[in-house]
Amino acid sequence: MKDVTGVNGVALAVFVFFFVAVTVMGFLAARWRKAENENSLDEWGLGGRSFGTWVTWFLLGGDLYTAYTFVAVPAAIYAAGAAGFFAVPYTILVYPLIFTFLPRLWSVSHKHGYVTTSDFVRGRFGSKGLSLAVAVTGILATMPYIALQLVGIQAVLDVMGVGGGETTHWFVKDLPLLIAFGVLAAYTYSSGLRAPALIAFVKDTLIYIVIAVAIIYIPIKLGGFDEIFAKAGEAYAQTNPATGKPRGTLVPGEAGQWTYATLALGSALALFMYPHSITATLSSRSREVIRRNTTILPLYSLMLGLLALLGFMAIAAGIQVKNGQLAIPQLFETMFPDWFAGVAFAAIGIGALVPAAIMSIAAANLFTRNIYKDFIKPDATPAQETKVSKLVSLLVKVGALAFVLTMDKTVAINFQLLGGIWILQTFPALVGGLFTRWFHRWALLAGWAVGMVYGTVAAYGVASPTQKHFGGSSAEIPGIGEIGYIGLTAFVLNVVVTVVLTFVLKALKAPEGIDETSPSDYTADAPARTAKPDTDPQADPKVGAGAH
Amino acid sequence: MSEATQGKQPTITPLRVVIALCLFAPFVAMLWVSSYAKAEPLFAGIPFFYWYQMLWVLISTALTMIAYKLWQLDQRARKGGDAR
Repeated sequence: MKDVTGVNGVALAVFVFFFVAVTVMGFLAARWRKAENENSLDEWGLGGRSFGTWVTWFLLGGDLYTAYTFVAVPAAIYAAGAAGFFAVPYTILVYPLIFTFLPRLWSVSHKHGYVTTSDFVRGRFGSKGLSLAVAVTGILATMPYIALQLVGIQAVLDVMGVGGGETTHWFVKDLPLLIAFGVLAAYTYSSGLRAPALIAFVKDTLIYIVIAVAIIYIPIKLGGFDEIFAKAGEAYAQTNPATGKPRGTLVPGEAGQWTYATLALGSALALFMYPHSITATLSSRSREVIRRNTTILPLYSLMLGLLALLGFMAIAAGIQVKNGQLAIPQLFETMFPDWFAGVAFAAIGIGALVPAAIMSIAAANLFTRNIYKDFIKPDATPAQETKVSKLVSLLVKVGALAFVLTMDKTVAINFQLLGGIWILQTFPALVGGLFTRWFHRWALLAGWAVGMVYGTVAAYGVASPTQKHFGGSSAEIPGIGEIGYIGLTAFVLNVVVTVVLTFVLKALKAPEGIDETSPSDYTADAPARTAKPDTDPQADPKVGAGAH
Repeated sequence: MSEATQGKQPTITPLRVVIALCLFAPFVAMLWVSSYAKAEPLFAGIPFFYWYQMLWVLISTALTMIAYKLWQLDQRARKGGDAR
């Protein structure tokens, strides 16, 4: 094994090369499919709502499968085995689920010019309060997620030896990260959603190459999968001194199965509640693009599954790291020739930039549309909205950076865990609202509040060997007695409260609020559609000019 | 309201039931963890637990694709009478 603190020059050079390349792309992206009116949130924040099937595929893939995912999923396998593999059923369940509701959200948003989920909730339920709740939840859940992208970059920088040692001055130590984020902030500011959309091509191409090579090359070097799983099995059987129990299992035992299933289901329900998922969705050109994407996005799940197997390979290769996040970068460094390790690190690093850009845009849009415009300056013009959004996208990133630099990494991870629980609580208002107007707005707000409070308190109470609070995301499900995902329990409570209160409020004839949508809005397609969905005459000139 | 004014078509059709089944099947398969929480049989050295779920990525993709095609069929049938 190479010395962890030494700088890997070749890998670093390759990494820097790719980084510079995507930076140039990021700035040039502003000219890609350029629109006449740049000063609208539709342009900066949604790429002109013009993306076709493949751009949307790369954008969504680049957005959902983040650098943190690449580092954290195999890290979880490395640490505890089977339990970490829940990410695979989770991403399997996402697509049939979004197949049912995402086209409806696209249609109604297109029809009414909604930029965020909160826009829809406000329009559907005529409630600024509920819309604010959804917006605040979205921003709170996104911030730590952006912070974790930084953690992903840090892991790569550490392994390349430019993360600095304990004794390095903090500024020198964090300088590479500061540069990376400064650059990211600058091109997001200037190019908006077009920047991550273009960079996503590079990111995913690199990721697919790295995974394809890793999944063939590393097992050959390690003596095949038999050998890998045999060694991993031995490692999991050893007792962890901190807990007095085995480190993990190759196959989940009876007790772990509820946790496994509820985590998969809860996470699947939550994924498309995240603002950044919706931003990428709404940027697509038509309803068909969304549906078609649900059939091609699972390719990423396959990749995720293969990636998860790298966790076993890290064990079999004898990688020993205290910080599990470093297991995979370290595996690449150990197994690959230097230049290819550089490619792999670039894939992870760029993999952090794409989602971080989209997330900051999504959070900024929420702030602008649902806090600034609704509560501070109702008569804001589109140009003012765009200006505020651009500035907020910077603020959000600076905030995330400050978070990572000043606080312990576990704080970001704890908040991300909470964020997942929180964001799931917006499901009844959003998805419920897409199908029915039966729920009462105040009942939805009460259900949301109950879910948020229960989820936060329950997560606070989870202890782990290393942490007194927020030690994990599962706890005993009241009434069932099994250990399950807190977010899902909170979600069930949320739905129960919402349904019961809706009956009560309807009986009391509480004001329902005005619904500005009509049933046909939910199935409407892009305007001026001809026989073929791909030949939208309005979008065509732009597409033709931008395709080259 | 175009669907309602067309009148004749019911909301639930055999085609739509098939679509629903295609979309629902992955949930049954994946949430029923005890059906696949075992190590044997191995495939290329990989325990059943892992390759079975990876296989389901492919199966669910195929099912979603079928649902998508059937949905297009359903929509075309419904819009059949409409002016284009």
